[in-house]
Amino acid sequence: MSNARSDILGAVKAALQQAGGPQRADTTSVVSASKRLGDHRANLIPARGRLGVKARVDLFIREAEQASATVARVSGLSGLPREVARYLAKNNLPMTLKVAPGISEPAIPWTRETLLSVEEGRADGSESASVSRAFAGIAETGTLVMLSGPENPTTLNFLPPTHVVVVAASEIVGDYEETWNRLREKGQQGRFMPRAVNWITGPSRTADIEQTLLMGAHGPQRLHIVIVDEETPAP
Amino acid sequence: MESTTAAFRENAAKALGDAKLRDALSKLADGFPARRREAMARLPEFEALRDAARDIKDHVLANLDFYLEAFEARVVEAGGTVHWCRTAAEARTAILRICKLAGAKTVTKGKSMIGEEIAINEHLEEHGIEPVETDLGEYIIQLRHEPPSHIIAPAIHLSKEQVADTFREKHRHLSPGRSLDEPRALLDEARNELRQKFIGADVGLTGANMLIAETGSIVLVTNEGNADLTYSLPRVHIVIASLEKVVPTLEDATTILRVLARSATGQEMSVYTTFCTGPKREGDLDGPEAFHVVLLDNGRTEMLGGDFHEMLRCIRCGACLNHCPIYKAIGGHAYGWVYSGPMGAVLIPGLIGLEEAGHLPNASTLCGKCEDVCPVRIPLPRMLRTWRQRQFEKRLTSSVSRSGLKFWSHLARRPWLYRLVADIAVATLAVLGRSRGRFRRLPLAGGWTKLRDLPAPEEGGTFISRYHRAGHGDGA
Amino acid sequence: MTVGLFVTCLVDLTRPTVGFATVKLLRDAGCKVSVPKAQTCCGQPAYNSGDNPDARAIAEKVIKAFEGFDYVVAPSGSCAGMIRHHYPSLFAADPEMASRATALAGRTFELVSFLADVLKVENLEAAYDGTATYHDSCSSLREMGVKEQPRALLAQVKGMTLTEAPESETCCGFGGLFCVKYPDISGHMVDAKVDDIMATGADTLLAGDLGCLMNIAGRLHRRGSKIRVRHIAEVLAGMTEGPPLGEPAEKGKRLKEAG
Repeated sequence: MSNARSDILGAVKAALQQAGGPQRADTTSVVSASKRLGDHRANLIPARGRLGVKARVDLFIREAEQASATVARVSGLSGLPREVARYLAKNNLPMTLKVAPGISEPAIPWTRETLLSVEEGRADGSESASVSRAFAGIAETGTLVMLSGPENPTTLNFLPPTHVVVVAASEIVGDYEETWNRLREKGQQGRFMPRAVNWITGPSRTADIEQTLLMGAHGPQRLHIVIVDEETPAP
Repeated sequence: MESTTAAFRENAAKALGDAKLRDALSKLADGFPARRREAMARLPEFEALRDAARDIKDHVLANLDFYLEAFEARVVEAGGTVHWCRTAAEARTAILRICKLAGAKTVTKGKSMIGEEIAINEHLEEHGIEPVETDLGEYIIQLRHEPPSHIIAPAIHLSKEQVADTFREKHRHLSPGRSLDEPRALLDEARNELRQKFIGADVGLTGANMLIAETGSIVLVTNEGNADLTYSLPRVHIVIASLEKVVPTLEDATTILRVLARSATGQEMSVYTTFCTGPKREGDLDGPEAFHVVLLDNGRTEMLGGDFHEMLRCIRCGACLNHCPIYKAIGGHAYGWVYSGPMGAVLIPGLIGLEEAGHLPNASTLCGKCEDVCPVRIPLPRMLRTWRQRQFEKRLTSSVSRSGLKFWSHLARRPWLYRLVADIAVATLAVLGRSRGRFRRLPLAGGWTKLRDLPAPEEGGTFISRYHRAGHGDGA
Repeated sequence: MTVGLFVTCLVDLTRPTVGFATVKLLRDAGCKVSVPKAQTCCGQPAYNSGDNPDARAIAEKVIKAFEGFDYVVAPSGSCAGMIRHHYPSLFAADPEMASRATALAGRTFELVSFLADVLKVENLEAAYDGTATYHDSCSSLREMGVKEQPRALLAQVKGMTLTEAPESETCCGFGGLFCVKYPDISGHMVDAKVDDIMATGADTLLAGDLGCLMNIAGRLHRRGSKIRVRHIAEVLAGMTEGPPLGEPAEKGKRLKEAG
């Protein structure tokens, strides 16, 4: 076992040297590979997401709905509790919630909705619904970008059957590449990736039994996206 | 896993006679390709993205050692561990050791073709650890002790009645009178059963669609969310991945993700795409305490730089299966091992031996559809031919076809002899076939006439003889 | 321009009419056509069976026989594809032969695309009474890029209606030796093909490769279908007085007299 690493790397080098001939023997390709890692240059980005703000948000909504998510808009974060209560009531769902610490009281006035019973923390499987905060929305495919962390436990994204995600309209970008750049800017040098980045495009589904499409395989059966229109900086 | 690839003929015959399988396969071949076409039509850049994805993989393969070392360094920085394994056996040992150190009794698993390749489930079971597949299709075939019949839709071959029977047999603690008539009821039952496994598991074992050298992240793509529960609930996350899964940057991974789901299921993007980087961080309320990546060679370095080099571009989307008329006819189990379809027919001989898997490269019309739809443009037909060449060189080709072929080649190299034999044969067959214009059976042509008539040659001789007899007299 | 006709072994042995139709189409378009006697087979059976030494030996004969022409044309996407795409790689280890193979490859065309793309044939004087469906053979479609050309040419045939089969691009299951090595799988594929063709309601099946046509015709006949099967060259050249593929001559003549 102890030699496996050097054996494998040796075998790789030998195979490449044999195949690549002399140009492989010089170091230019390693230099260009290091540069590629440092530059993290974007490849071809489809034009689809390159839109003005309003059209971008509209595309995000269209694509998310295409992926079977539902979308609502509120004018400010303080409107979130009312929208969540409305959504749960409309779908005949229990009025209990587990919310991510990043969007719990007092940041969000949950207690104002007296019908809602709200706890904060991670999910353990007993919850019927969760609310968490997206880092970004990607218009290209109606995808949410969730970052793990103390403020936003990953389990909230997957265990409860209903998942409500909050995203600011200003955080909806055209393409995935923009979110990588934002993440790099936000993070420390070399350590910008949180433990988990979750792209979520619609609710969980499977077609494993007779190719019949069913929602809610292991993850949430319902994904409800609440877009907050006023400028609110990410927590 | 034991292979039944040598019995390909028998496997295929059985599959062709299975009416339920026929239904499932025709549904598959109607559904996925149509959805892929729709997704392509929505994205004008799709062809250019395929080129970009191919170029990324080519660049990685040409610098594979560099990117593997970079990936390892970033994993370690993020608090994880990389285990290099030359063979399936080494990978099994490494995984078992991690599980034992963690005191694991139950291991939940995300779908992993590498897991199938190294038969990790059997190994864990032998050592008293319960592996639980959590992808719905994988869970069903695990209960039935079957291999997957499709790399992204492993239980595609089963009807809901078969699944219901399996659940009744295996879920004995549930009421025998419960209704399992609808797929929804089956899903709900599996979801409940697996919920308990997820919560109680000690180790989560997943594959990886990609490894990212820039950040030491591993990428998981699912529609169910099972992989996410697999890594986020247990104390230990083990990732098993083969070497060629590494890509340089997040941007490169993103480009490949743009073609992956569209090629596989026709979705714009799979529901869950996850980038895991190391174990739980300070302050995190959830996530695994330990993060291990088992990096497996198992024949990849032998493919590198050789005739099957481009096969290492494969991103396991299943498009070549979905579009293959042979796969559509016989399904995945006929291939007799964990992979199937055109990519399987190229990979399997390299992994279990050409002697064992000799049928696979031959059971193809080389129609080219697989290469046509491959998101990373792997020249699959060329590789099937390369295997045939190796068979021929090693004299593994059957003696009947070998001598038949030799006879034909002997004639084809000698135009005068060819003309002589052709004129006699054509004249004879034309007379014999005159009344009907075709043959229902003919000596030595049973392979043809079992299912089809054979059109008889036109009367009057071969074209070359008639043309030159008629005095066109040129070019001779 | 001079054109060497590579007639293909299947046409040579079983369906000379296709050869004569090809000669007529090329001459009508102003080509000086020659048919070298020293031709046999393109070597594809050997090549696809992994027997590269024999494939090479046969390819050498073909290269020698066809080197003197401006173009080489074959009424088959499969054989033209063999010369165009696979001959050069067969001689990778022999620079002199490789350059000759590459030169020949560059001048080799499948008939239908040659008529449409190179000769730009626009006013065919052919007529055909019937509704036809066209099968895209794998090599024509995916190796030689033949898709619109046959449709454009068939649109010039008076009296013909063309109806598309949904799966016209799906392999028919012929695959050269594949169909006799794996007859059950091949049989299943050709059955699917026949279902697809019969569902169009067409009375005629056309294609540009005789291998596919023999396979599909054979299965159509076995299933009792009356669909007439012809190589597209026969229709384009207006040479459809003889019997369709797999039909007896007398019957064809009787039909013609009656009709």
